[in-house]
Amino acid sequence: MSKLALENHAIVIPGDLLAEGTIRCGEGVIKRGNFYYSTVVGLFQDKGDFIQVKSLKGKYFPRPGDLVIGKIIEVGLTNWLIDIGSPYFAVLLANNATEKKFDPVKDDARKIFSIGDIILTKIVSFDRTRDPQVITNERGLGKLRGGRIIEIEAAHIPRVIGKKGTMINMVKRLTRTQIITGQNGRIWIQGKKKEDELKAIESIKKIELEAHTRGLTDRIRDMLSENNNNETR
Amino acid sequence: MAGDGTVQLIDEKGKRLDGRNFDELRPISIKIGVLENADGSAEIRMGKNIIIAAVYGPRELHPKHRTLPDRALIQCFYRMSTFSVNDRKSPAPSRREKEISMVISNALTSVVFTEKYPRTTIDVYLQVLQADGGTRCASLTAASVALADAGIPMRGLIASVAGGLVNDKVVLDLYDIEDQKGSGDLPVGYCPVLDEISLVQLDGVFTLEQFEECLNLSIKGATEIYDIQKKALQDKYAAIRAEVSVDVKETEKKVKPKEEPKAEVKEKPKEPVKVAPKPEIKAKPKEEPKAEVKEEPKPEVKDKEEVK
Repeated sequence: MSKLALENHAIVIPGDLLAEGTIRCGEGVIKRGNFYYSTVVGLFQDKGDFIQVKSLKGKYFPRPGDLVIGKIIEVGLTNWLIDIGSPYFAVLLANNATEKKFDPVKDDARKIFSIGDIILTKIVSFDRTRDPQVITNERGLGKLRGGRIIEIEAAHIPRVIGKKGTMINMVKRLTRTQIITGQNGRIWIQGKKKEDELKAIESIKKIELEAHTRGLTDRIRDMLSENNNNETR
Repeated sequence: MAGDGTVQLIDEKGKRLDGRNFDELRPISIKIGVLENADGSAEIRMGKNIIIAAVYGPRELHPKHRTLPDRALIQCFYRMSTFSVNDRKSPAPSRREKEISMVISNALTSVVFTEKYPRTTIDVYLQVLQADGGTRCASLTAASVALADAGIPMRGLIASVAGGLVNDKVVLDLYDIEDQKGSGDLPVGYCPVLDEISLVQLDGVFTLEQFEECLNLSIKGATEIYDIQKKALQDKYAAIRAEVSVDVKETEKKVKPKEEPKAEVKEKPKEPVKVAPKPEIKAKPKEEPKAEVKEEPKPEVKDKEEVK
């Protein structure tokens, strides 16, 4: 049996009492004695037999399988160090960088990725003892050319994408831009016109600011279609 | 340093020089997210004190050999601005600043889940812009709010306030003159959620009864500060929510479902306050005094060293 101390979608801070008794709990929740407490500032979510606190802020924590946008900060003989906006730098080994085999005698790592390059990568392994490892030798991964990069809170990326991508697809359609979202909070945007890109950035910033409110998709649609109308007039 | 107790700091009516009662805090306000570039930040104004706390991290620690293999390191940098006190403070890091940085980082380490981020550092910068006594307590209060704002998982917030001895009377929240001319002070950092003390220092000579009274008074004061911390953190997001619900009303779209969150926000802050502390405080209070007595002698020794 369990008793909840708060309503669904309440804003909680570290140490707030969430529930009493026995209940399954997810991220942002800790059990002490017979009580469940929040550990972060976030939104309380009650899903029947399951409670969790969705953090509203915080550094990106790497997870295997995530697509992230990173920046090369160091080039080694056969590896690269990549800043992925997490507490740890990611490592890209030469053999995981391209589909061809890498020969350190003949090939130059700097010809593939150089310092400052922005790349789309996938995290393949990470645990407490070792830095995250990333790969770029799969379809769609690799250097990002052109476009713009913006950085938002990693916690709000799921909101930017929306349920089954509804939100991001809507923004793409209404602003006629290409958008790639990295799970680490970096978003790459490219459009044919500068105005389109700026409009997409504006709407994503709005999503970030109001991520913890309801009816956001409607508001963003209104905002973007209003803009469109003004232009045609 | 403690004075000789000859200065009259409390009048016949029991009012202090700045008009407060013996158990009254100075007015406190806390602002969240004052710095754009920091991962988390807070500004506290406690009486005439103004302190800015900035949190960066968790991030990579250099030099690498200082990293801890199983948890994060919390580094505090408490600095007094040269213009924060009447006589210009030398910009060189003083012994006092180093000590305060150390005690604050120790206090914070006790509530942060450092084991979640091994091999990293969490940097807490505390800049005192204006000092009027009790800055270490105000800094700790601001630092714990800034950590929460940075999204770092914690067991609970620490609220901190100093009690003290003025004209042989126990008073709460000493300000500059009382700190200098009074006969003792006792900064306390207290985590109301855990009902645990994370910082106790002592300067001056207290009888055992005075110590106990002062400690209880400080804990009571810290609990009041905790409510302010809590409200500051919740308000940041509640404000955006309220603003959005107003927008929605104006455009007259689906007004009913969207009004709900606004109503919720108003009710919530009250509920947890009532519910949270009760179950645990009953369980623990007896354990406290033992822990404190152990901690007590250390700071005293330190202070004596400093005098020499």
